[in-house]
Amino acid sequence: MAGFVIRRLVGMVAVLFAVSVLTFLIFNVIPNSNPAQRMAGKAATPRLVASIEEEWGFDEPLPQQYLTMMKKIFSGELISYFGQENVDQRIAEGIPATFSLCAGAAAIWLFFGLLFGYLSALRAGGPLDRGLTIVAVVGLSMPVPFIAAIFLNYFTYKTEIFPSGEYVELTANPVEWASHLIVPWVTLAILYVGFYSRVLRSNMLDAMNEDYVRTARAKGLSERRVIRRHVLRNSLVPIVTLFGLDVGVLLGGAIVVEGLFNINGIGQYAYESLKNVDLPPIMAITLFGAFFIVLFNALVDIAYAYLDPRVKLGESAR
Amino acid sequence: MRRLRRNRVALAFLGLFLLIVAFCLAAPLWASDVAHTGPNKTHTLTKLEVGGESREVVNREGQPIGPQWLDAGGRFFLGADGRLGRDEMVRLMYGGRTSLAIGFAAAALTTLLGTLLGLLAGYYGGWRDTLTSRAMDVVWAFPVTLLAIALGLALAVGGLQIGPLHLSGSSLWITILIIGGVYVPYMARPIRGEVLSLREEGFVEAAEALGAGPARVMFGELLPNLSSTIVVFFALNVANAILLESLLSFLGVGVQPPNSSWGTMLSSGLDLLSSAPMLTYLPGAMVLLTVLSVNVFGDGLRDALDPRSRVLLEAHSGLSAAESREGIAP
Repeated sequence: MAGFVIRRLVGMVAVLFAVSVLTFLIFNVIPNSNPAQRMAGKAATPRLVASIEEEWGFDEPLPQQYLTMMKKIFSGELISYFGQENVDQRIAEGIPATFSLCAGAAAIWLFFGLLFGYLSALRAGGPLDRGLTIVAVVGLSMPVPFIAAIFLNYFTYKTEIFPSGEYVELTANPVEWASHLIVPWVTLAILYVGFYSRVLRSNMLDAMNEDYVRTARAKGLSERRVIRRHVLRNSLVPIVTLFGLDVGVLLGGAIVVEGLFNINGIGQYAYESLKNVDLPPIMAITLFGAFFIVLFNALVDIAYAYLDPRVKLGESAR
Repeated sequence: MRRLRRNRVALAFLGLFLLIVAFCLAAPLWASDVAHTGPNKTHTLTKLEVGGESREVVNREGQPIGPQWLDAGGRFFLGADGRLGRDEMVRLMYGGRTSLAIGFAAAALTTLLGTLLGLLAGYYGGWRDTLTSRAMDVVWAFPVTLLAIALGLALAVGGLQIGPLHLSGSSLWITILIIGGVYVPYMARPIRGEVLSLREEGFVEAAEALGAGPARVMFGELLPNLSSTIVVFFALNVANAILLESLLSFLGVGVQPPNSSWGTMLSSGLDLLSSAPMLTYLPGAMVLLTVLSVNVFGDGLRDALDPRSRVLLEAHSGLSAAESREGIAP
């Protein structure tokens, strides 16, 4: 077990290293990307550009620049090229908002996704199943800006039921916190609700044809017990995998939703920095996001080693 | 195919999809014969004569005219698109051409690369497998949207130079390459998993015993067995690509002017959300309907070809169905 965990951790670090190198390269090989030129402004003299290059270390070879940047990320000294603020500090400030957004959305999509999937599988083929299938497929096909626009227009502009986005500290006012976040939560969760309910439904329908379910029925267990104990439990196993993957990827979704609802979190910071081609924050945020993805992947692997004795450590984990 | 023909819902949505395609293909006809304008032609000072009454396309406050339906002989059927007074209907049709073209081209790219990489990695195993799998791990560890936005921004600024081929920053090919590229691991992994189990089958051994080389086995034996998975994957790739296109263009890092797509229209419409919500709703609804019809048809296709397959799950998570059923994360 310990060996497995260690191997997984080494793999994590290797992937994160590759991600950071790749991000660094993307923004260094693109044309017109010389940050000194853009920092100096349009009417800059070559001498000014050169002095900025020297001051910020842009004249050094790329590997050296990369090392310096990574060192600064981990020591918390990284300064952005534009605005020249401390990057790690900005990210830390954005964490509560982004975390609230993601956690709330994840809770909503798990609850409704699993509920819809469960009901649909129980009543497979019936009107309830059909209705929920329509809801799920529409959710899967919904462009995020469209649903956000509908919510904004009806709930914020027309009826003023929910305030428009923005983030209120949970500790400052829990009611305001929730009412400001509810529309962004639903917006972010809709796609996943559709997806999870579809997956759970098809898993449950598959499980119902399995031998162990027939055995359970033959033993004379009540239908309710068969469904809850045998069908549902086995169908939830893959959901754990998916959830681990999706929670890690949420930061990407947060970029769009935070921008639309004006929530000042990491996603919005990422988008601003991308627009300014501001490499230091982009590097830090990408690594931050990638860290979560890799971490959750590893956690899922390790959790499985406990949950499922069939998983042979080492072999199946490649 | 008989099973597909009996699936009326899937067929109805295929019909809807074909209608949308026809709608977009008719763009030049509508533009030249009905609306008498182009998708980028502005009408800030134009006045429409409707039943002896004169209506400004854009009024003094900068508000665009609403839908005219057939009052003005089809001009400004859905009204104008904002301060610039462009014909919304014409733009919707032309934007759809862009969105659909990107969706199909990107899906074709993903399908091609995903299948090829999956085949190579799964068939050869060894260092080739390790190399592709590790490379895919890295792409996978990026938040997809973040990676796509980063590439979109980077390439929109400077264009792309591949050997002698230069793509300018506003070229649609850049968006196609990005969208097609980021989804490759999500398809290559499940295909690889399937190849791994297929290559243990008797028919592969038989072909090898008859002296078939690797290329022959991969493309002559394995590929035909993957065809139903690939077809269903393609449909889902189209749906995903159209969605991602709308998102990237909405954020300003996808389709660049002078081109426009449903995604760019969503984003420009948002400025007038409270006064003219239709300008946001129309392109949004078009994306929704297109993706919905592709998804439902893809579902029907899957049920007809291979009812137990889990392409939906695979395309979303990049896990192969066996992995997710066994609960082994990669």
